[in-house]
Amino acid sequence: MPLSAFAYETESTIPELPASQQSIATLSNVTKGYGATRALDGLSLALRPGEIVALLGPNGAGKSTAIKILLGLIAPASGIVRVFGNNPRDAATRSRVGVMLQSTRISEMLRVREHIDLFRSYYPCPLPVADILSIAQLQGIEDRLFGQLSGGQRQRVLFALAICGNPDLIFLDEPTVGLDIESRRALWQQIRTLSAHGKTILLTSHYLEEADALAHRIIVINKGRVINEGTPAEIKRIGGARTIRCHTRLTADFLRALPTVTSVEINERRTIVTAADVETVLREMFLCDETLSNLEVASPALEDAFLALTQTS
Amino acid sequence: MATPALTPSLLRTAPIFPIFGKETKYEFLKLLRTRSFSLAIIGFPVMFYVLFGIANRNAYSGNIHIAKYMLGSYACFGLIGAALFGIGVGLAGELAAGWLELKRASPMPAPAYLFAKCTSAVAFGLIIVSILTILGTLFGGVSLSSIELIKMLGITIVGSITFASMGLLLALIVPANAATGIVNLIYLPMSFLSGLWMPIRFMPHWLQSIAPILPTYHLSQLMLHIFGYGDTISLAAHWNALIGFILLMLGLSWLIFHRKEQKA
Repeated sequence: MPLSAFAYETESTIPELPASQQSIATLSNVTKGYGATRALDGLSLALRPGEIVALLGPNGAGKSTAIKILLGLIAPASGIVRVFGNNPRDAATRSRVGVMLQSTRISEMLRVREHIDLFRSYYPCPLPVADILSIAQLQGIEDRLFGQLSGGQRQRVLFALAICGNPDLIFLDEPTVGLDIESRRALWQQIRTLSAHGKTILLTSHYLEEADALAHRIIVINKGRVINEGTPAEIKRIGGARTIRCHTRLTADFLRALPTVTSVEINERRTIVTAADVETVLREMFLCDETLSNLEVASPALEDAFLALTQTS
Repeated sequence: MATPALTPSLLRTAPIFPIFGKETKYEFLKLLRTRSFSLAIIGFPVMFYVLFGIANRNAYSGNIHIAKYMLGSYACFGLIGAALFGIGVGLAGELAAGWLELKRASPMPAPAYLFAKCTSAVAFGLIIVSILTILGTLFGGVSLSSIELIKMLGITIVGSITFASMGLLLALIVPANAATGIVNLIYLPMSFLSGLWMPIRFMPHWLQSIAPILPTYHLSQLMLHIFGYGDTISLAAHWNALIGFILLMLGLSWLIFHRKEQKA
């Protein structure tokens, strides 16, 4: 990395991360490529104690790569990774981290209780077995072989392995895939409880509803970069250009020229204008067209905001 | 960088020895419960030994008691299979399933994992050799001194470790869904050409000349030497060949593992 780039990096990241003193885990300007494709392209993020952060992005955005780098499973091409102020590969660091990776198949020939017993032995201060079983809702199936479990039950066993060492920091890569709505909500509740006990949680999800319901903070990434970051409400506001629907005589060309307008659609009955700053646009529209009628202004769902964010980047 | 608040007494790791113990216990249990592994790995050498060894209980070739000779060679055949399939196929599957990745992300010390795999291979090797020995002495008219028995078990441990290292290399280069087939394609011809099924002096000359380049041959000669049935090559040469083979396998595994890590 050239020196000038390094200077730029330190200047730009420090004001962005005022809480870095308290950050539990940080990625600073991390890049990682596979052949010609860049999985991560100068990604920076910081996790603060006790918060639930959702990492959102389309497939291939670099979510899993970011998690694997934070776990020390793969090394970044450049940039700095710190977990509890240390190298994520240190055994002492890993003793404070729990993880659920995507689509892991563990041995089908061991019982739930045996898997938990084995994983508990890796950690210096594991949770009692009874607590693990109750948090992950595995009571009653603890003596079954993993191979005999349903998809949802398997996912709960993997969750149990993530928490069994009583970690301070938990990574959950798509934790609720394959769960029915009831178990998904139950798992959300467990994640909230963990957070209430001061655990820090980073989760990835493609259920935007999940991020909205769980996360204190959402980090939207695409093509290996952070596009946006904020509370679920902020993400909706920032990313979500709102839409104006009305009857108006104004032409599409005129509307497109107004500030922050991103799209104009006119069909025979209605005009639909999408803009970040709808108030300014409306003020102009009222000035130029006193016949404007049937006005509606809509805020996007998080889903739309998310799509808008990742498409325009 | 860490503030005092973030570095409480928690910054330490779990005691290592219980991890080695549990890892080994569960690896062994897992293999034992995987019937396709445990039945085949014990069943084939036992079946072959009954068919070709015990059936020849009264046969001698010069001073060589065929049933005793076959005990040595099928002991090798069995223990090699346990190590190659247990580690080669097992590890390839765990790599593909993401099971190993989850363990690598945990604080599990990597040597515990390898130790468990290797120890389980040794345990299966000892079980197979013990069963064959019991069958041979009860039904094959084989007489073994206690020194011979102890030496056999010793060579079993050495052989299991040798082929555990080969299993490790195979697991790293072979795709999991093809692992069983590929291991068979290597294991069966190699066993045949080393005289594990029948002594190589009954084979054509050109085939016999292949044996000394195979690790299986050197292991079988170390085993047969215990009974005084070895070939004319010196014992030291067989030992050197096996040790060289282990180092080659471990070296290549290390190289490939690191290249994979860098690419990951």
